[in-house]
Amino acid sequence: MLNTPLNAGVRSSSTTSLQTVAAAFGAMLLGAFILFGVGFAQPQAIHDAAHDGRHSFAFPCH
Amino acid sequence: MTLFRRLFLAAVVAGVLSGTAASVVQQVTTVPLILEAERYETVPAPVAAPAANAEHAHNQAGHAHSAPAPAEAVTTAEAFQRVGLTVVANLLVGVAYGLLLAGTMLLVGAPVDARRGLVWGIGGFIAFALAPAVGLPPELPGMGGAALEARQAWWIAAALCAAGGLLALGFAKNRFVIAAGVVLAALPHVIGAPHPESPEGVVPPEMAARFAVLSIGVAALFWAALGSACGALMQRVMPARR
Repeated sequence: MLNTPLNAGVRSSSTTSLQTVAAAFGAMLLGAFILFGVGFAQPQAIHDAAHDGRHSFAFPCH
Repeated sequence: MTLFRRLFLAAVVAGVLSGTAASVVQQVTTVPLILEAERYETVPAPVAAPAANAEHAHNQAGHAHSAPAPAEAVTTAEAFQRVGLTVVANLLVGVAYGLLLAGTMLLVGAPVDARRGLVWGIGGFIAFALAPAVGLPPELPGMGGAALEARQAWWIAAALCAAGGLLALGFAKNRFVIAAGVVLAALPHVIGAPHPESPEGVVPPEMAARFAVLSIGVAALFWAALGSACGALMQRVMPARR
């Protein structure tokens, strides 16, 4: 408890600050990976499937 | 449930909601313009159309705005597939941005709710829609541009630098960190976005302008929805603080 000042609340017993940072970075990494796949990856099939979405969201497309 | 699973669930729900909203609005705003622009894309080069070339002699080479190709016949199945794939792409974009937003919310650790989430959403809109669009306006098919890799790299740099700058403005205590954030956000724009030597698009500029504004408008709507939803859902995920 004393070693986890970030989580000095009710959930401190189950959540440490390390877990918080790991979860946050995990989510951001996964988000970046998906975003790269939908918005930027170049294989023709991915490009064609995501084409209208890419243009609408203003990703550079072709 | 572990923290990551709760975070993931919040991001996915917020992403699916905002991606669905964006899909509906896109089908009546940006998508019709994309389909129309594709007809200009298939027009043969003006060299092969001497009459059009003479008529547009005052225009720059390569501009033959007047005659789009007739719309290609599309079967219902093809149309459905295209809409379906676009919706899937939008949902994935929603989930991806949701994960990035929720992760950042958790990392920053400031309390959130639907209203504060809306402010986060406005920040996301500025970073991932407005800042890149200032240098690289939303493009229609058939618009000319610099090399794709260069544009993609600049787009990502502009978005990340703007996001970093906004986070510094919003949460940093040290004024030097805030100043560094402002400089960081400005940097890609000082360097400048990659543009072709001469514009070579075949899409009428009026149509391109309409598309740019609609695309930015849909993005604003999407980010407002994503931010509010993410804030409301993350309220329960954030570790409690006293």
